[in-house]
Amino acid sequence: MARDMSDIDILKMELEQLKKEVSTPREPVSKTSKDTMDWCEAASGTDLLITGVPDDKNPYKPEKGGCIIT
Amino acid sequence: MVEGKTILSFFASNFSCISCEPRVLSLQNILSLLFFLLPASALTTGIYMIFSTKPEMATQEIQPNETLTNLKAESDTLKTKLEDERAKLHDVELHQVAEKVDGLGQFIMKTRRTLKGHGNKVLCMDWCKDKRRIVSSSQDGKVIVWDAFTTNKEHAVTMPCTWVMACAYAPSGCAVACGGLDNKCSVYPLSLDKNENLAAKKKSVAMHTNYLSACSFTNSDMQILTSSGDGTCALWDVESGQLLQSFHGHAADVLCLDLAPSETGNTFVSGGCDKKANVWDMRSGQCIQSFETHESDINSVRYYPSGDAFASGSDDATCRLYDLRADREVAIYSKESIIFGASSVDFSLSGRLLFGGYNDYTINVWDVLKGTRVSILFGHENRVSTLRLSPDGTAFCSGSWDHTLRVRDRGYHLGYIPKRTTLSG
Repeated sequence: MARDMSDIDILKMELEQLKKEVSTPREPVSKTSKDTMDWCEAASGTDLLITGVPDDKNPYKPEKGGCIIT
Repeated sequence: MVEGKTILSFFASNFSCISCEPRVLSLQNILSLLFFLLPASALTTGIYMIFSTKPEMATQEIQPNETLTNLKAESDTLKTKLEDERAKLHDVELHQVAEKVDGLGQFIMKTRRTLKGHGNKVLCMDWCKDKRRIVSSSQDGKVIVWDAFTTNKEHAVTMPCTWVMACAYAPSGCAVACGGLDNKCSVYPLSLDKNENLAAKKKSVAMHTNYLSACSFTNSDMQILTSSGDGTCALWDVESGQLLQSFHGHAADVLCLDLAPSETGNTFVSGGCDKKANVWDMRSGQCIQSFETHESDINSVRYYPSGDAFASGSDDATCRLYDLRADREVAIYSKESIIFGASSVDFSLSGRLLFGGYNDYTINVWDVLKGTRVSILFGHENRVSTLRLSPDGTAFCSGSWDHTLRVRDRGYHLGYIPKRTTLSG
């Protein structure tokens, strides 16, 4: 557990991790950002917080003329 | 180093004979020096190599300060190299790419339900997959299951400990898991019989050596992922309570975790007090990627819906977006006027909106692509501690230290927009 490890052990753990990470494959931000944006645009149509929900489909909309008594 | 002393004495004897005579090194002296010097150095390096292959012995043989400094220096060199590699691919900013995207316009959200019933700070909440039930836990040890449509309390359990910091709904909807200062994660099966004592059927699944900060079921009711103040995360089998995999890598308390959306495979991200967010492979237990750009504890992490990125909220008053394929931070959501830490974050279904609950009692809604704030939501009377989108994305629920939970959805668009847009919403 991290709390029981000495400073040296923590540093060694970090070092091992860094060695692995330096060699991970990466893609340029221009490509990945464009992919993220495209994904987001494609999904926007189904995002109900962006498009809004018509009253009759919204489970939280109180019925007109009534109220919920708890 | 007995051998070392012997070699030194050889040196000494040779040098002493040289110093006695006038400073003219005869060929004989040089040869004898070389004769002893080469194997001596070979011997000492050889002995060092033997000892350095056994790490435990190396720390005894070499000064502890030296090793610490060497390790730190090597670590810093690698960190710089990593940053350079990442910087090479940082050719554009996300908001620049998103310039051609339409802005979101006026964004109004309204509170549709306020769930009252907790006697103390609400610390955590989770939605059921049926999109209407919510489980929440609080500081006084109470765990309550609500029906968000009717605001009725369906179940209530009192845990034997206070500060229940983590709770989660099982995918089947038949059980809830919770834990906190008891260092455990317990699973309570929910029965339809309201009179049944839930506490009797409790099953202790996870055991940590410090507080439980977060828990989440994986794709089934059979496995739970936990994170703890002891600096580790762990995967457990619910039925047997067996530890399936543990994840070591954080240097301090782990405060939050989030599982990747199921389509993208077996990974999860965790954030901790060491300011790091780590991405883990659940099968091997290895940390695949690590990000350290926050300036304070990371309180919350959440995957982007596509699984290729994740957001984090931190005590440094910023939320940040990290792109996993570019392996770097690609956006910071912050304002000079926001000085209180973000305690929890979640995305809308498309990932266009990022909701951040903050310690200044507000919820800020960010446009993820453009990096701007779209709305501030008021209403809570104390810190917002937890926040989650409903499974179908129609609403989101926030829990607060003011003992309540609020369910909000998109307000209808008014023809007339009041000047004071700071109405409680």
